[in-house]
Amino acid sequence: MNTSTMTLRRYLVLGVVTLTSAFGDTSLAVGMKRVGPVSLSHPDALVAALQTPWVFGGVLLLLLFFASYLTALSWADLTFVLPATSLAYVAVAFLSKFWLHEQISTERWLGIALITAGVGFVTQGPAYTRRSSANPAPDSGFSGSLQEGK
Amino acid sequence: MNFSSGPAVAAMIGAIVLTATAGDVFIASALHGVGDLDHIKAARGFKSAVWAVISEGRFLAGFTCMALSFFSLLFSLSHADVSLIAPAAGSLTFVSNAVAAKWVLHENVDRRRWLAAVFVCCGVALLKR
Repeated sequence: MNTSTMTLRRYLVLGVVTLTSAFGDTSLAVGMKRVGPVSLSHPDALVAALQTPWVFGGVLLLLLFFASYLTALSWADLTFVLPATSLAYVAVAFLSKFWLHEQISTERWLGIALITAGVGFVTQGPAYTRRSSANPAPDSGFSGSLQEGK
Repeated sequence: MNFSSGPAVAAMIGAIVLTATAGDVFIASALHGVGDLDHIKAARGFKSAVWAVISEGRFLAGFTCMALSFFSLLFSLSHADVSLIAPAAGSLTFVSNAVAAKWVLHENVDRRRWLAAVFVCCGVALLKR
C-alpha cells in the first residue's frame, strides 16, 4: 500500500483520532472541575487528580488518541492529519454545551465556525506528502526531502 | 495569583501551544524516519513496530514535550472553560504547526494554507472575547 493512498481503514484511524481527542479532553474537563482549582504551590495535586475516575478515563482516551495519532503520522503528513481531525473542536463545543452545560456565546460559536471553515478550506487542496524514500536515513534530522503530492 | 484573568489564560494557552508544537514536530520527524507503521507491523509484528517508534530519539524528545503540554492543559482546565482552552490551544497549535512544517520539516505550505491560518486566527480571536 502506497503511503499516499487513503483507504477506509486509514479514514477510520483519523476518525478515532478525532473522537478520542474530543471525548478525552471533555473527560479531563469534567474531572478537573470536580477536583477544583490547582495551585502552583501544590503541583502534586495534578498527580493526585490522575487517580480520579474522570481524569483517569480521559487519560486512557488520550492514550488511544496518541496511538492512533502516531499511526496516522506514519503514513500521512502533519499538515494533513491536523486539519483532517479538526472536527474534534466542534465535538468539544457540543460536548461542553450539552454535557458540561458550559455557556457558549454566539461569538464563540462564530469562532468555532471560522476555525472549522479554515481547516476545511485547507483540506480541499493536496493534503499529504509523498516522501522521496520510505525509510530515510536516521540521521536525516528535520530536513528530509519532502514533496507535495496527491 | 488570579489564573482566570485574561493574561494568565493567554500564558497558559501559550505554554500548551509551544510545547505541543515542539512535540508534534519532533514526533512527525521521528515517524517520517521510521516509515509506515502498518508495513512494519505486517512484516515484523506489533512489538517491532512499537520498538521502532520508542527507540527513535526524536520520538522521546517529542513525547517529553507532549507530556509537558498535557500537564499544561490539565492545569489550564482547572482554571478555564474547556470550550475556550481546547479550541484556542488546538487552533493556535495548528497555525504554529503549519509554520514549523514549512520552516523545520520543509513541507510545502502554500497560499491556501496560509489563508486557512488567517481564518483560524480570526476564529481564535472570537473565542477569546
